[in-house]
Amino acid sequence: MPLSILIAVLLTASAFAFYLGRGRAVAVAGGHVRNLHSLPSHYGAYVALWCALPAFGILAFWLVVEPAAIESFVVAGLPPEAANLPPDRLALLLNDIRNLADRGLVAGSGDQTVMAGAEHYLSLQRLGSTALTVIAIVLAMAGVAVGWRFVSPELRARNSVERTITAILVASSTIAIFTTIGIVLSLLFEAARFFNTVPVTEFLFGLEWSPQTAIREDQVGASGKFGAVPIFAGTMLISAIAMTVAVPIGLLSAIYMAEYAAPRVRSVIKPLLEILAGIPTVVYGFFAALTVAPFLRDNGSLLGLDVASESALAAGLVMGIMIVPFVSSISDDVITAVPKSLREGSLGLGATKSETIKKVVLPAALPGIVGGILLAVSRAIGETMIVVMAAGLAANLTANPLQAVTTVTVQIVTLLVGDQEFDSPKTLAAFALGLTLFCVTLVLNVYALFIVRKYREKYD
Amino acid sequence: MAALEMTTPDAAGNRPPKFSTKNVNVFYGEKQALFDVELDIVENQVTSLIGPSGCGKSTYLRCLNRMNDVVEECRVDGSILLDGHNIYDRSVDVVQLRAEVGMVFQKPNPFPKSIFDNVAYGPRIHGLTSNRAELVELVESSLIRAGLYEEVKDRLDNPGTSLSGGQQQRLCIARAIAVQPEVILMDEPCSALDPIATARIEELIDELRENFTIIIVTHSMQQAARVSQRTAFFHLGKLVEVGDTEMIFTTPQDQRTQDYITGRFG
Ligand SMILES: Nc1ncnc2c1ncn2[C@@H]1O[C@H](COP(=O)(O)OP(=O)(O)OP(=O)(O)O)[C@@H](O)[C@H]1O
Ligand SMILES: [Mg+2]
Repeated sequence: MPLSILIAVLLTASAFAFYLGRGRAVAVAGGHVRNLHSLPSHYGAYVALWCALPAFGILAFWLVVEPAAIESFVVAGLPPEAANLPPDRLALLLNDIRNLADRGLVAGSGDQTVMAGAEHYLSLQRLGSTALTVIAIVLAMAGVAVGWRFVSPELRARNSVERTITAILVASSTIAIFTTIGIVLSLLFEAARFFNTVPVTEFLFGLEWSPQTAIREDQVGASGKFGAVPIFAGTMLISAIAMTVAVPIGLLSAIYMAEYAAPRVRSVIKPLLEILAGIPTVVYGFFAALTVAPFLRDNGSLLGLDVASESALAAGLVMGIMIVPFVSSISDDVITAVPKSLREGSLGLGATKSETIKKVVLPAALPGIVGGILLAVSRAIGETMIVVMAAGLAANLTANPLQAVTTVTVQIVTLLVGDQEFDSPKTLAAFALGLTLFCVTLVLNVYALFIVRKYREKYD
Repeated sequence: MAALEMTTPDAAGNRPPKFSTKNVNVFYGEKQALFDVELDIVENQVTSLIGPSGCGKSTYLRCLNRMNDVVEECRVDGSILLDGHNIYDRSVDVVQLRAEVGMVFQKPNPFPKSIFDNVAYGPRIHGLTSNRAELVELVESSLIRAGLYEEVKDRLDNPGTSLSGGQQQRLCIARAIAVQPEVILMDEPCSALDPIATARIEELIDELRENFTIIIVTHSMQQAARVSQRTAFFHLGKLVEVGDTEMIFTTPQDQRTQDYITGRFG
């Protein structure tokens, strides 16, 4: 039975189990629901969980172990001369077998061993899925039976259900956390491999970045330079340009929205600004590359400036616009959260509205605003699409915003796009860059959240 | 004028009132919060406003320095004269008015600045001092008059929010005094404080009476009796009765006043 149908069947069974359990609870209570420890629907959920959890548990277990199990059976069934191949050749052979089986057996393609292996593979797969279906359904029914037997007026169904649900929630959040840890670990290990070939000091302090290495041993050509300073400088430059656009615009519009705008105006402007945050970055990207960059180049040449067709300025400006909503929405929140009593205190002393904002409201909101800005900075540093499209690829070490620069994210993209040898320093460099980027944004985010938290405590 | 009369002037004293309000009607949108309030406030006296919750005491108080301007849907009608000039007149500068009529709020609301900067806030925005030395002197004398100086003189750079509730409230009083107003409005200034801090503030109010005209809203009958010379009783947006505090608390003319001060409602 296909997996999706099996899942649907199990879900339907659980729904039935719910009604069964509820009916059973009412029955054992002799129609007097008040005799029960919990509400009838809790008993329903109790039986439904008995039905669903074991069955889905075995299903999940099977999905995890199936590939490895089938593989080892296939290997065991191979003729001895194939089974004794060295590991990497064996892996290739298994790959062929899997490919053949997935495409469906086409007679005459591939050699005899592969054909036989693929057939074996498919039959194992069929067997496995049948067994799974039977076991899951039997477990589900057994679960219903057990749950049903347990239902009695004394059963603390509510507590059991609540505890199970808590466990499921905890499990879900653990999955998210472990995934993150996994990603970080893989970053760490790959980066460590990179630093085996390229010293950390060269990576962190080298002034030249040209990651092209010879692909074959006998090829002449560059051996690659992995000094990351130019690309981090480029990232900083573009982020700085973005922040010089985003901070004033975002902050001033937040002040306007929070302090001056009539409620009706505010109810229009705020969602409008938040729509900006919903525009896909790719759209910003081609806006930067096709509209802003040519505009800057043309006007630059009118002024006698030499503007590259892909410039840090174009990317930074557009990125700044993209970030405005982050700054303005967080600032608006913290400014509105400044207690009314502070404003009245200042107004009551004869301060004007703008004096009050400047001298009382903004200083009180400052930690929160700074936190918001830091979050926006980490957003700018990690932003990819706009810079890929508008900032260029040349790793120039320059502070001139009119030239093309490149950023960490752009380099990661270019390093990994296309066919790559997986353990060349060039590819591994992407992980080193990713790790560094991750560390920087992590520190920024933690610091920003710390500041925001501290600020919250003060006014709650 | 006899010295005796100076210290205990009565409502019919021959000096013109500091505030003179007539036909004051206040509306929040459609809802009327005050009805034809007519009340005179005597100079260098403490006047307390009492009455059940929601009767319009705060609303009336906030008319006197036009804090109601901040509330969007609030409308004030009638004449409110400060030293004979209508404060709702077009020509009146609200900033100037609020410098003359200071306010202390129910909850202490020190700014997130140092103690010194809190007190210096008003003088700075009004440009009351011309150099640092004068400013320091003004801040210190305000703190002294608010009875806080001894407790904070070693830590003027600490944030105002680091003080205790009672100290914060005295800081707010110092902050109001520093602007050198003529009138100080206080809206339940002790309701967030413990009895000892309250007693301290009450003492302070009594001392301040010498130089300022004080109007205080309070829910505590004892407090009104202790600190004020005149008491006004509000009920459902109307001024029911006003007179010497002693008279209001001993021989009230109106049945509603009688009921309120004997605790029969409110
Ligand atoms: N900003 C406002 N918007 C609308 N109505 C208001 C507003 N402020 C006060 N009111 C109304 O005006 C009336 C008087 O309120 P006010 O705050 O003056 O009462 P109060 O006597 O100070 O009460 P309390 O002793 O509880 O402080 C109340 O009915 C209140 O609902
Ligand atoms: Mg009030």
